[in-house]
Amino acid sequence: MTDRPIYLDNNSTTFPAPEAVEAVLPLFGDIYGNPSSTHSFGQKVRHQIELARENVAKLLNCKPGEVVFNSGATEGNNTAIYAALDGMPDRKHIITSGVEHASVLEVIRYLDEAGYRITELSVDRMGHIDLDELKNEISGDTALVSLMWANNETGVINPINAAGDLAKQFGALFHVDAVQAAGKLKIDLKEELAVDYLTISGHKFHGLKGAGALFVREKAPFLPLLRGGHHEDGRRAGTENVMGIVAMGAAAALSNREMAGHVEHMKKMRDRLQSGLLAKCDDVIINGDQQDRLPNTLNAGFKYIDGEALLMMMDAANIAVSAGSACKSGSMEPSHVLMAMNVPLSAIHGSVRFCVSRYTEPEEIDAAVEQTAAIVKRLREMSPFGHAEKRDEGLSTAELEKHKAYFATT
Amino acid sequence: MLTYSDKVKEHFINPRNVGVLADATVVGEVGSMSTGQALKLYLKLDEGEVIRDARFQVFGSPSAIAASSALTEMLKGKQIDEAARITADNISEYLGGLPPEKMHTCVMSMEALEVAYARHRGIELETELDEDDEMHICRCYSVPEHKIERAIRDNGLTTIEEITHFTKAGGGCTSCHVDLKMILERVHADKPPEVKKPTAAPRAGADASTLERMKAIQDVLDREVRPGLAMDGGDMELVDVQGNKVYVQLHGHCNSCASSTTTMKFFVEDRLREMVDPEIVVIDTTEHADELHAPPMR
Repeated sequence: MTDRPIYLDNNSTTFPAPEAVEAVLPLFGDIYGNPSSTHSFGQKVRHQIELARENVAKLLNCKPGEVVFNSGATEGNNTAIYAALDGMPDRKHIITSGVEHASVLEVIRYLDEAGYRITELSVDRMGHIDLDELKNEISGDTALVSLMWANNETGVINPINAAGDLAKQFGALFHVDAVQAAGKLKIDLKEELAVDYLTISGHKFHGLKGAGALFVREKAPFLPLLRGGHHEDGRRAGTENVMGIVAMGAAAALSNREMAGHVEHMKKMRDRLQSGLLAKCDDVIINGDQQDRLPNTLNAGFKYIDGEALLMMMDAANIAVSAGSACKSGSMEPSHVLMAMNVPLSAIHGSVRFCVSRYTEPEEIDAAVEQTAAIVKRLREMSPFGHAEKRDEGLSTAELEKHKAYFATT
Repeated sequence: MLTYSDKVKEHFINPRNVGVLADATVVGEVGSMSTGQALKLYLKLDEGEVIRDARFQVFGSPSAIAASSALTEMLKGKQIDEAARITADNISEYLGGLPPEKMHTCVMSMEALEVAYARHRGIELETELDEDDEMHICRCYSVPEHKIERAIRDNGLTTIEEITHFTKAGGGCTSCHVDLKMILERVHADKPPEVKKPTAAPRAGADASTLERMKAIQDVLDREVRPGLAMDGGDMELVDVQGNKVYVQLHGHCNSCASSTTTMKFFVEDRLREMVDPEIVVIDTTEHADELHAPPMR
């Protein structure tokens, strides 16, 4: 049990940066006008929003006019998909991947019923999509390609450049869910990068919940999801979530100033965690590619134990981690990402995600390593498979082969 | 995140009776690594067949740990036959209710108890063909068809989601959902078209004449029991009724397959107690089952 709670679930949400909180405080006082109003009350707030827009544009290296503020990534992903399809009325094919976030995957699967042909690209055991498969599937009928920049569960990074070039070559629009990339990877939306839409969310990089931004390339087709006002240049009706937007702007400004240092720190902490766990626990596997990976993410599979049990014991010991993705952990379904990677169930059961942030301290990592190792040991001792000589008991022949092959690659 | 009752959390963080019982009288083992959960239950009985100690080893989720802990607590001090009547629902109730998604953990605890009981009574259990993936409807969690059918019947399940909650089947890649739907339809089609609820059933108390009583019992057997048995090529005959004692005999497959004899007795007894008379005791006169009833059942 650690004295201070340790938060290692930074792909779910992050600690609001003090700079972001400070930027918001005046909005609880005199600066409260409606940004759509012409009078000085409104214009003061309008100014704050435009400042935030500039900072977000700088984070993405795009024009401020290409940034549309909204309620977050779910809205951003929905808007981008519907906008793209509306702009390509003659094309009836959509390409995505099987490891996308539900706010992409479920929208696109729903469109299957609306008469679209859907291709879900497969991923390999390391979590990579296959560009050759994309090349084979894409055609003149493809309206939209939608891929995530980096995966929320494994941190594995997609080849966005090359995928964008392919989309462009076939005249298809390209949407990128960059929720996990913002603040952790350099996003440069220069002209040459064939991305038409890109989604980010403020609270994933130390802003506040309830505000996000959708990048819409200047000439890309657009269709508002919400109508009923001229806000955001007619692209998103509804009075702005001023506090969320201002906080996101401040968090973006912080990243613009210090991201290189943040990334270096996160990577150091993550690597310290990974080597600590590998040293203290046996029968651990790192899920997903370890090179093309977010600097803050570690997805580790502990054999012979259940991830939810590990997570809950960690929670009781004051350490927050997650098993599978947050949206799924309410149900008993195993992670669709690890399933798509063909990770054997014997490894998925005990898979847990650790995500550090720029605020994570080395002492926290060391305490987490110690606690994790102790809890893993306790759960294994409790398990009928916990004894070395009979650990593979209970696996069917086919599953045992898959299991052995997977663990042999660590 | 699922919401667990305080009692579930408490039993999970501080599970009772974890570990091996070296001098166990009988051990019940279920589950496997590929199904994502497994339980090994150790029971120590005294000469009066009262459970003096119960321990467990478990691999599984927080609720699997809590359910196993709860079961061992519930078992201690109980006579083995009385203990064998513990159901998945009883375990869930003991823990203040589990989330529906986690009912399969209580089912696993109950199954481990069944295995231990059958082993103690020398009843040969239906061998689970777990080694062979072909036999599994749900290949992700290695769930065989008979387990799914039983969960549907025992718990009156009507949706695929409920099947997943009770058996885990269908909770992985979902490719077996088509099969689950077919099994649901088949099991429900095999039921008599009109299953009367207990309140609607004719009640014949202890004061009813023996003939009326036999008729009421036969009625319940015809409606609630025999159709299910017929599906497995078996049947149950009402031999005699003497006071509270109902003598039955199993035929066909049921006669040779002893696996479900204990549960069958409990099932029939429960139905009759619910619908006819709470004092009824079912006595199986089929030869192989005699040993089952050596001790009085209550």
